[in-house]
Amino acid sequence: MSLIGKKILSLLGLLILTAMSYGSTIYVKPGKAAIQAAINNAIAGDTIIIHEGVYNEHDIHVSKKLFISGKGNVIIDGQRKSEIFVLSANGIVLQGLTIQNTGISSMQDMAAVRIQEANYVTVRNNKILNNTYGVYVQNGAHCLVKTNIISSGAVSEQNSGNGIHVWRGDSLRIEGNKVSGHRDGIYLEFVVHSIVVNNTSEKNLRYGLHFMFSHDDVYSKNTFSDNGSGVAVMFSNRVTMTGNVFKNNWGDAAYGLLLKEITDGKIEGNLFIRNTVGVYMEGATRIHTSKNIFKDNGWAMRIQASSSNGSFTQNNFINNSFDVATNGTMVMNVFKNNYWDKYDGYDLDRDDVGDIPYYPVSLYAVVTEKVPTAMILYRSFLTDILDKVEKVMPSIIPDQLKDDSPVMKKWELK
Amino acid sequence: MKTIVKYVFLDLVRNKTVLVYTLILAALSISVLGFDANTSKGLLSLMNISLLFVPIISILFATIYFFNSIEFIELLLAQPIKRQKVLLAEYIGLATSLSLAYIVGIGTPLIVLAAGAASFTLIATGVLLSLIFSSFALLIFVLFKDKTRGIGAAIILSLFFTILFDGLLMMFIYSFSDYPIDEVVVGILSFNPIDLARVLMLLKLDVAVLMGYSGALFKKFLGSSTGTIYSFSWLLFWVFLPLLLSVRIFKRKDL
Repeated sequence: MSLIGKKILSLLGLLILTAMSYGSTIYVKPGKAAIQAAINNAIAGDTIIIHEGVYNEHDIHVSKKLFISGKGNVIIDGQRKSEIFVLSANGIVLQGLTIQNTGISSMQDMAAVRIQEANYVTVRNNKILNNTYGVYVQNGAHCLVKTNIISSGAVSEQNSGNGIHVWRGDSLRIEGNKVSGHRDGIYLEFVVHSIVVNNTSEKNLRYGLHFMFSHDDVYSKNTFSDNGSGVAVMFSNRVTMTGNVFKNNWGDAAYGLLLKEITDGKIEGNLFIRNTVGVYMEGATRIHTSKNIFKDNGWAMRIQASSSNGSFTQNNFINNSFDVATNGTMVMNVFKNNYWDKYDGYDLDRDDVGDIPYYPVSLYAVVTEKVPTAMILYRSFLTDILDKVEKVMPSIIPDQLKDDSPVMKKWELK
Repeated sequence: MKTIVKYVFLDLVRNKTVLVYTLILAALSISVLGFDANTSKGLLSLMNISLLFVPIISILFATIYFFNSIEFIELLLAQPIKRQKVLLAEYIGLATSLSLAYIVGIGTPLIVLAAGAASFTLIATGVLLSLIFSSFALLIFVLFKDKTRGIGAAIILSLFFTILFDGLLMMFIYSFSDYPIDEVVVGILSFNPIDLARVLMLLKLDVAVLMGYSGALFKKFLGSSTGTIYSFSWLLFWVFLPLLLSVRIFKRKDL
């Protein structure tokens, strides 16, 4: 064979290789079960471009590696019948679609996009509207859920699902989504080594973000507002929480951040503003809380006596009705170098650290913790006097719970 | 009767005490509201001021005024006028001027700087407190012959309502905390106009949520419109009860 012939052959081989790896592109136009048909015809590695239009389809099963993308305003409507997308192969990408109206069922969790036993799946830039569950990851690893808008109009906890729901996951990344109107905005159960970043979760019925049995996760720079409660971290270890905003979780039993049975967490650089309870801790061990701002909350923190070995340093406490409340006298946490706006001590040696300790638990916080009915006397002249007297001669408040070195000036945070 | 009211009212307007009272209230509310952009905080401070000072000043000033005008009253009674009318006219003249002082001193800055439902509640409760404690002063006036004793009674009564009552209520709540006492506490609370005013105000402010936290019925009941009507009716009751009592007693009083 001549040299040219060899070259042509190798070029041909290369072409075939590239064709195989990139796959072909299939275009879909509105029609009956058009998307499912296109997917059935495609082979792994193909690209499916869905043209603008309304597609009334549900239970679309994707079981091979496809790149599915919408072009223009593509609406896929489940007509309240069943699930919409079920992705069950590694490496699927689903983007640029509007996926709406899954069915509502109490027997089955109906999801707009279900990632089922698959890894490296990407779901991005979709509008996922009026569904029971938005994105449902069922045993997936290395998946990416990014910049989706997920909203629904949930009215009761029983008949609604979560915006992003993960049941068993590893190394996931949930980024830049806007979730609203679901039961939990983002729900993570048995999820490890995952990152939740830059999301906005608001107006959800229960929690903005909910961890259950999920370890070694990080969530940062998220905003949680107007939820039943901001974030709940339960039965989880080594969860890092940084730079989030918890705001307006305001109601009869609303928390900014609820911690229950968790160990080795870090809460740093967050802003808690206008929550009934900023942080609630129960059975929280070795949680390090620093450089946070607590502002305009009812209770900045409620730390149950079952929490231990935690530290609270360099936080700003500004304009909270109560700074700290606790239900016991035993104190196994350390408070150091915080700024308390209610501190009225002095600093004679001018080192910007107050010379007398600050007791963050006010008498009235203790009283109402024991006898909630006493709240009716809140802000009466009598209770103000009692608070002042107690400050001079502490006898009822847990005198071990104190900040020995309160700073005189606000920390520069954010 | 109108003439007497007018005379009392003009006398009080000329009286510098009421003017000073108005000015102090105005200065307080302007400084408190001007201090902070956060109006709910300013409202809380104003509420504390109103609840503490309005009752004490109203009752003390009214008692002293009534005792001081005893000669005038006796003179009027020598004329063919009903006793009842004279007494009520004295009360109306005084209560109007004290309420006006409150409306001008605290109401005007509030409406200008922080108009809202909470502000109106504060004005309404403040006016009612002025009326209630002037009414108590009238009762003290008809019960006691001696001015010194009357002033003593006024001090004790106002201290009772501002501090002692709450202390007793606190003791009650503490001793019976194991029982469902929420309803009872609301019932007891109705016997103290100052507490009623305070709760009414708190429920209009952000901190209301703290009351609902324990699932107590305070916010559920007192926060509802029924609860508001309930509290206001009790406040009105506290205006009229001492008033009617004093009229009854005054009718038979040997002057």
